[in-house]
Amino acid sequence: MSKPRDVLLDPLIDNNPIGLQVLGICSALAVTTKLETAVVMTVAVLFVLVSSTVVVSILRNQIPASVRIITQLTIIASMVMVADEFLQAFLYDISLQLSVFVGLIITNCIIMGRCEAFAMQNGPWLSFLDSVGNAGGYGLVLIVVASFRELFGSGRLLGYSILPTVSEGGWYVPNGLMVLAPAAFLLIGCFIWAVRAWRPDQIEEEFHVGALLEPGYEGDLR
Amino acid sequence: MEHSARHTVLFTTILCVVFSLIVSAVSVALNDRQVENRRLDKIKNVLAVAGLIRPGEALAREELSRRFETKLEPRLVEIATGSYVDVDDPMVYDQRKASKDAARSTVAPENRAKVRRIPNHAQIFLLREEGEITGIILPIEGYGLWSTLYGFVALDADAATIRGITYYQHGETAGLGGEVDNPRWKALWPGRLAYDDSGEVAIRVKKGRAGPVDQDPHQVDGLSGATLTSNGVTNMLRFWLGENGFATYLDRYRLGKGI
Repeated sequence: MSKPRDVLLDPLIDNNPIGLQVLGICSALAVTTKLETAVVMTVAVLFVLVSSTVVVSILRNQIPASVRIITQLTIIASMVMVADEFLQAFLYDISLQLSVFVGLIITNCIIMGRCEAFAMQNGPWLSFLDSVGNAGGYGLVLIVVASFRELFGSGRLLGYSILPTVSEGGWYVPNGLMVLAPAAFLLIGCFIWAVRAWRPDQIEEEFHVGALLEPGYEGDLR
Repeated sequence: MEHSARHTVLFTTILCVVFSLIVSAVSVALNDRQVENRRLDKIKNVLAVAGLIRPGEALAREELSRRFETKLEPRLVEIATGSYVDVDDPMVYDQRKASKDAARSTVAPENRAKVRRIPNHAQIFLLREEGEITGIILPIEGYGLWSTLYGFVALDADAATIRGITYYQHGETAGLGGEVDNPRWKALWPGRLAYDDSGEVAIRVKKGRAGPVDQDPHQVDGLSGATLTSNGVTNMLRFWLGENGFATYLDRYRLGKGI
């Protein structure tokens, strides 16, 4: 059994869901043009992840193995709808900007991944910590990427002008690439590169197709 | 863990019932607030296009409602004939829903704004100061680059001079086409003329910079890096201020005013 501290802190850097597992990329592209939406998206994912993994963990001995994935999806989808309703009621402006991406949390692989890989085997407390850690790891990348994109794409942070842009009478010419989705790919790539330069143990072993043909190959074919 | 078929059926049934109850309960409990949010959002946009809120000014909910109720009068207009339609509460009319309803809308002729259906009735707002109409706020919608943009255009009492434009919903690229929300761009609109001397819609968003209002009254600066969104704005203004849109109503209005 893993230690609660590791369960909580591991996913931040060592086992970051975006950085190491490369999950949850679509939403990381879509909601990171502005820091504000990235923060709200992180909170929404935190809520959905924590509530659904805790519920899955409590029910884990009752969930029939044959329908476990659809059971997890039912729970996740319900929590996403609850989160969406709250956003529309209390953060209406931001919910307009997030539009479909709140609904698409359902398809965020991080959540299904944690339900299936962790909550099905562990108790509610550990699952809670694991979810907070993973949502934190996801949020960390989102916030780093969104800070770069908002600052260099529109010269602002959280809507406040930091680099006064030419269109507002300042000197900064905004980098148009930053507001487009490919910029998020580049930034996430740089993030992964930086983390792996710091922690070389995250680098996967090189894989040769030729290895499959060698006698005695026993690696798994993922 | 192995479970019997009976357990599986029972478990999934209970799960579905319990979670649908949770979702329904939350939805019902928060519905009033969401409806109010949507109403306030609309009010805020109408006030903004009428120039009754300064850019960046944050107002309490009560103040928004108060300003709206003292200055603006919602009305329904029959687009084809240009006459007012009397209803109890014009605010509850959902124009977008009506546009999708075959019984309450007609198929639009081929147009560059890619408007598919025209609702029979449109929700407009009259700006009143001391009983006199000082402005007309018309809903507009049309396609940009990625999305349909929904917004309002406000005209002065002469039904020809533009008072303002605002979009309350769109999915254009942030920083490029999304700059339709930029207050500096919106500030270029007031004073421009919607129609030329022959009565044709002449206002357009040009590529590059337009001159000042008095020298270049029919053109507005383009959004840099967003030619297609800029064209979309031109196209939807041509459509909604033209004969398939509000031209009939505006003609009637001008006759009534004796202009």
